[in-house]
Amino acid sequence: MSLKIENLTIYYQTIAGNVRALEDASFSLADGEIMGVAGESGCGKSTLSNSLIYLHAPMKYIRGRVFLDGEELPIHDTQKMNPFRYKKISVIPQYAMNAMNPTKKIGRMVEDLLKSRGENYKEILPEVKNRLELVKLSPDVLNMYPFELSGGMKQRMVMVISTLLDPSLLLADEVTSALDVSSQKAVAEMLVGFRDKKIVKSIMLITHDISILYQTANTIMVMYAGQLAEKASTETIIKAPRHPYTKLLISSLPTVGVRISENRLAGIPGNPPLLLNPPTGCRFRDRCPVAFAKCAEVPPFVEIEKGHFLACWKEGKAHA
Amino acid sequence: MLKIEDITKTYKTGTFGGKDLKAVKNVSFDIHDGEIVSLIGESGSGKSTIGKMILRLISTTSGKIYFNDKDVSLLKDSELKEYYRHVQGVFQDPFSTYNPIFKADRIFSVLHEEFFPHIPASEWKGRVDTALKSVGMNPAHVLNKFPHQLSGGQLQRFLIARALLLDTKFLVADEIISMLDASTRIDVLNLLSDLRSKGLSVLFITHDLSLGYYISERAVILYKGSVVEIGETKKIFDNPVHPYTRMLMSCVPRLDKKWQDVEVELTEKKPMTANGCVFYERCHSEYKLDECAHQSPALVEVEPNHSVACVCCKG
Ligand SMILES: Nc1ncnc2c1ncn2[C@@H]1O[C@H](COP(=O)(O)OP(=O)(O)OP(=O)(O)O)[C@@H](O)[C@H]1O
Ligand SMILES: Nc1ncnc2c1ncn2[C@@H]1O[C@H](COP(=O)(O)OP(=O)(O)OP(=O)(O)O)[C@@H](O)[C@H]1O
Ligand code: SF4
Ligand SMILES: [Mg+2]
Ligand SMILES: [Mg+2]
Repeated sequence: MSLKIENLTIYYQTIAGNVRALEDASFSLADGEIMGVAGESGCGKSTLSNSLIYLHAPMKYIRGRVFLDGEELPIHDTQKMNPFRYKKISVIPQYAMNAMNPTKKIGRMVEDLLKSRGENYKEILPEVKNRLELVKLSPDVLNMYPFELSGGMKQRMVMVISTLLDPSLLLADEVTSALDVSSQKAVAEMLVGFRDKKIVKSIMLITHDISILYQTANTIMVMYAGQLAEKASTETIIKAPRHPYTKLLISSLPTVGVRISENRLAGIPGNPPLLLNPPTGCRFRDRCPVAFAKCAEVPPFVEIEKGHFLACWKEGKAHA
Repeated sequence: MLKIEDITKTYKTGTFGGKDLKAVKNVSFDIHDGEIVSLIGESGSGKSTIGKMILRLISTTSGKIYFNDKDVSLLKDSELKEYYRHVQGVFQDPFSTYNPIFKADRIFSVLHEEFFPHIPASEWKGRVDTALKSVGMNPAHVLNKFPHQLSGGQLQRFLIARALLLDTKFLVADEIISMLDASTRIDVLNLLSDLRSKGLSVLFITHDLSLGYYISERAVILYKGSVVEIGETKKIFDNPVHPYTRMLMSCVPRLDKKWQDVEVELTEKKPMTANGCVFYERCHSEYKLDECAHQSPALVEVEPNHSVACVCCKG
């Protein structure tokens, strides 16, 4: 088992109080698994990803344990996490492609990074070139500045950099959202290629674009307002979701072939709750069409069928 | 309603403005009353440039834009103000439109002062409430808040409400939903469609083809500033003819079909042939000819209300 997370709870400390961005997340990721993480803006996707790699203020560790390839990750200690970063676990942060240092040539950036990890640039250079070829970039990019690359090229460069030391787990946060459809497809397929070539063992692919996940992910985990709602195979989440939120989310997606004149889709009435003072129990409760008294308690995230996890009192019971 | 005739935009680039960049090349199309037209193309294809020329935020290098048969470039003073009463734009990033120091609903009071000083405050408030309700918001929940206290979708709907207050007949909607969540997206799209049935026309700029398919009657496919395919949305999507449109269609992530094994041509920054087909370098069509490098193909009707600019449909 590649990644195992138990009760991970992360808050943001603000003057107004704690923002409860991730609450008791427990799930695991198998070797070779590409797991999509989906959910509305602000539901805690980036918090989950960032806390696994660099848990710093105002983020605050509340509780929970994380195991990668059987070894516990000291995520609450940024110093102790150092040896794990890039080598065991690596991230492509949201907005990374716009955060590249504009004054440094790409090659210099790679060199500095390797040095900081105690690696020798010259020795690794041939492999760097191999990897560039994998993502269809010419070695010339090493002599260029970030502004000389298009968005798609930058994103592919960031992919190469973050996977150079063959991490076991790659966290990819919204890597396709700023790209147009043809670059999206290329980048998504390259990520799958990295897994197939065993450059990385497993990938957590975070995006709110579910149709991208349908193309690439083996499983999808849906989050709502800091809580896990459902995790299952991609086919199950798209074709037979059980959580009321997942159902509404999937049915609100326009896809080519659906026209408003023939098939008017519906959104989800209401807004997600603020996480500063979230409601008790299931946080989807006041938007949920099937909520009942029991939902004032937090529904446990349980396996209702092999590989299908669900946190819902109604659906969980109906199909237990 | 709006007619675009052979417009071109050349930007001066380089340190001393010594280089020319043709961002939009000889584009023509029109938008009828109560019609939504999608303008689709990849990043840098010139979509926003066209939107900005319509809104007169930038000038055209050549060509004409007519609004109800009036040449937009000639409008002055009161005529121009009148134009902005009817033609409005909403842009991609709702946050950038707001000043974080002021409450978000300040956009409404500014509008009041600027366009409707003669309307008493109480009546104006009633109008604002009505506009907010028609974009699906409860005024009590959203008024009197700072931008950071509202979601992207709410801020975006504020801007649409603002356009409604102005008696907007034509809306340039530039990537207005790419920042929004799936469930909010559909609300905004449905809203645009409801407004259309009340007579609003929309230029819907997007690079998400499924959104364009969902909402628009007609679509314009833009590549490097040139229209490569234009016509009824359904015809273009069901029967894409231009090699670029076909490539786009094969890349759209769908929920009913997995990506086919087609290679995406990633050559992005190659120099353009001066007067050949804009898609020449990336084209893998079986119909590709040597002449494509030197002669840019004109739009040819391939079926009623569906035209394509490619040698493959010349004869
Ligand atoms: N630095 C911070 N201080 C306080 N609250 C924060 C901070 N960063 C994030 N939050 C809050 O934590 C919650 C989770 O945010 P997070 O960035 O993880 O969401 P996300 O799912 O990644 O959203 P998006 O899809 O927009 O990237 C949100 O309610 C957000 O407002
Ligand atoms: N003010 C400007 N000066 C010089 N070049 C510009 C200017 N504005 C845009 N361009 C260039 O014109 C071309 C078209 O830009 P435009 O913003 O219209 O594209 P777009 O289709 O809206 O792209 P996106 O999907 O990224 O918004 C691009 O190559 C861009 O770099
Ligand atoms: S637990 Fe209750 S409120 Fe939450 S999704 Fe299930 S039925 Fe709805
Ligand atoms: Mg995020
Ligand atoms: Mg644009």
